[in-house]
Amino acid sequence: MGKLKHVLAATLALSLAGPAIAAADDIKMGALATLEGAFTVLGEDGMRGVKLALQEFDYTAGGKKIELVTGSSDASPDSAVRAVRKLVEQDGVQIVIGPLSGSEGLAVKDYAKTQPNVTFLNGSSAAQDTTLRSPAENFFRFSTEGAQWMAGLGEYAYNEKGYRKVAVLAEDYSFPYTQVFGFLEPFCRLGGKSPIDARFWVPIGNKDYSSVIAALPDDVDAIFVALGGADAVNFLTQYEQSGGDLPLIGGSITVDQSVLGSKGKARSFVVGTPSAGPVSDTWDDPRWKEFVAAYKKAFPDGFPSPSLFAHAYYINSKAALLALNEVNGDLSDGEKKFREALSNLSFETPTGMVSVDERRNAIADIFLTEVIEGPDGNLMNKTIKVIPQVNQTLGVSYDKFLEYGQVGRENPSCS
Amino acid sequence: MRNFIERHTFWAIVLLLVVVLFLWMIFAVWPDWLVEAFGRKKTFVNTLLNGVTLGGLYFLVASGFTLIFGLMRNVNLAHGSMYLLGAYIGYEVADRTGNWFLGLAVAFLAVAISGVLLQVLIFRRMANDDLRQTLVTIGISIIAADAMLAIWTGTTYQFSPPDWLFGAADLPIISVIKSSGAAVYIKYPVFRLVVLAIAVAVGIGLWIFLNRTRIGMMIRAGVNDREMLAATGVNVQLVFVLVFAIGAGLAGFAGVIGGTALSVAPGEDIRYLLASLVVVIVGGLGSITGAAVGALIIGLAEQFGLAYFPTYGVVLTFLIMVVVLAVRPQGLMGGRG
Repeated sequence: MGKLKHVLAATLALSLAGPAIAAADDIKMGALATLEGAFTVLGEDGMRGVKLALQEFDYTAGGKKIELVTGSSDASPDSAVRAVRKLVEQDGVQIVIGPLSGSEGLAVKDYAKTQPNVTFLNGSSAAQDTTLRSPAENFFRFSTEGAQWMAGLGEYAYNEKGYRKVAVLAEDYSFPYTQVFGFLEPFCRLGGKSPIDARFWVPIGNKDYSSVIAALPDDVDAIFVALGGADAVNFLTQYEQSGGDLPLIGGSITVDQSVLGSKGKARSFVVGTPSAGPVSDTWDDPRWKEFVAAYKKAFPDGFPSPSLFAHAYYINSKAALLALNEVNGDLSDGEKKFREALSNLSFETPTGMVSVDERRNAIADIFLTEVIEGPDGNLMNKTIKVIPQVNQTLGVSYDKFLEYGQVGRENPSCS
Repeated sequence: MRNFIERHTFWAIVLLLVVVLFLWMIFAVWPDWLVEAFGRKKTFVNTLLNGVTLGGLYFLVASGFTLIFGLMRNVNLAHGSMYLLGAYIGYEVADRTGNWFLGLAVAFLAVAISGVLLQVLIFRRMANDDLRQTLVTIGISIIAADAMLAIWTGTTYQFSPPDWLFGAADLPIISVIKSSGAAVYIKYPVFRLVVLAIAVAVGIGLWIFLNRTRIGMMIRAGVNDREMLAATGVNVQLVFVLVFAIGAGLAGFAGVIGGTALSVAPGEDIRYLLASLVVVIVGGLGSITGAAVGALIIGLAEQFGLAYFPTYGVVLTFLIMVVVLAVRPQGLMGGRG
């Protein structure tokens, strides 16, 4: 027993000492994603995106080796802060990529303000206020956010699908608020309705949707569903089981690969569900196809096609690596040059050109999609339309956009 | 029963009235003023059924938990991991053989065996040291969660039950009568009714086992005073192993049932552990009846919360727990404090 204790102590000491062995002029990059909880699958794909970008650069940028340190959260803001604090304060990373989920992003942005010498690049978190209101100087988001992702969907639902009144089912935190806002704002401006009492907000990680399904009103044309990961899978199965027959409109992560690619009964009834987001599985463009091929080659056990999480983490990581190349790995003086390079960066991604605005939020192309059944039986998102260069204020001026008010359960009121 | 009515006549009448009211609300066609006040009947009846069936699922998980605690005074915080392990094993078997029932059986057996191993290899070494046992179970649950994440990744799994268990059935309960005079019947997922039936069957089975068999008698005696039981010449360790096997097996069994009704994903272990804890705190630690009552209350609270005030629904569950702890700390059916 005594011997075992010593061995254990030694192993522990070694594993703790591990990160400190790295050579002094390596650059330490921290990646933070949800590797536990309801969004595990999403976080795993996010990490694949980081690794894909690093592999593309052969783990070197600006003439220096990049050392990757990973951190895990469970989609709650405090777990994200805990994990990022460990990355920054214990592991001493100089650049952070992450987090994954909306409210985590808000918390990490606030933390970023207390660490002016570290640069934070978003993972895939997509709450509006991470960059819109009181942004942090050192937080960059090269992936777009939830309201941008909905570009064109509200108009499509109203004009093409002919829906006039929709119910809303979404998780109760900042990212779905942003998505609901992004969808309803144009939908309601055109004349569509979504009464406040037909909006259902459920906690993250809710498993049993049958009562919510029973409470859904009959007199609506469709349901806008903004759930992610396991939550979306649960809802879709139970909706089918309970004989639901209203058409759905999907949030960006409700009908993406992390849901369509899950194991078990095929959810073929979602075929035809319109959605919008930063990626489209079947986009017929060489840049995207090349990205998909690289993803499939590097991660044979990943999804049939990279999810928007892999995509967002990839883009943010790539932005960091490109900027590092530009400044030759110079992170001195509070990473000043590096941040300047990031602010001026404009680069070609698998989904078109990306650059950031003055609040360091991305301007990028958005895809309007519809679920189809692929040739080998996989469910896929087909591109209906590409909306070019969507910015965070959705085309209006910053001041006017602020007048729309903060996203929330009742914005827009739309009744 | 008669005793209860004689002693608490007032409460018996209140209880009877509530039951009658519920039955009326389920079977009558709702008048307009009631729809005005409560929303549609469909919502109410479905929520009620959901609450009861979810309660059934919680009972399956919590009964094993409470059984183990009752006999061994061992708060097995790895109970949720056994639920999840059962679900994954069941999925693998059901997926490979295409037989859902085989998956169910194998999950029960495999997790029962893992329970036996836990008891024989670990808990027996630290008998009479409750705190240490509890801490060890936390450790096991953390390691098990990561090991399962490594093997089955974070993907959400969903069972494919036989077709006749999938889909919705018309219940003989009228939802509304259309203006044309045609009655609209309420639809309900078949599998959830099956969950309820299984929970009731398991509950009755456990009751018969505990109250009508010799081994059950030994277990009950052990719950009351295990030293005394040992002194009468019963091999207590063997009884412990048996109870652990049944308790763990039930968790694995519930994993397949729950994974079919809902889904399987990492994090479920904590969720069901928490649900079991709340259920047994409300119902009373160590009591099977308590687990049934607690599961029913928590299931209903969760579902009504979700349907009628989704945003704050979660609070309801814990509010009930707080009230029970304040008014009756030993739980509704708990015996000695």
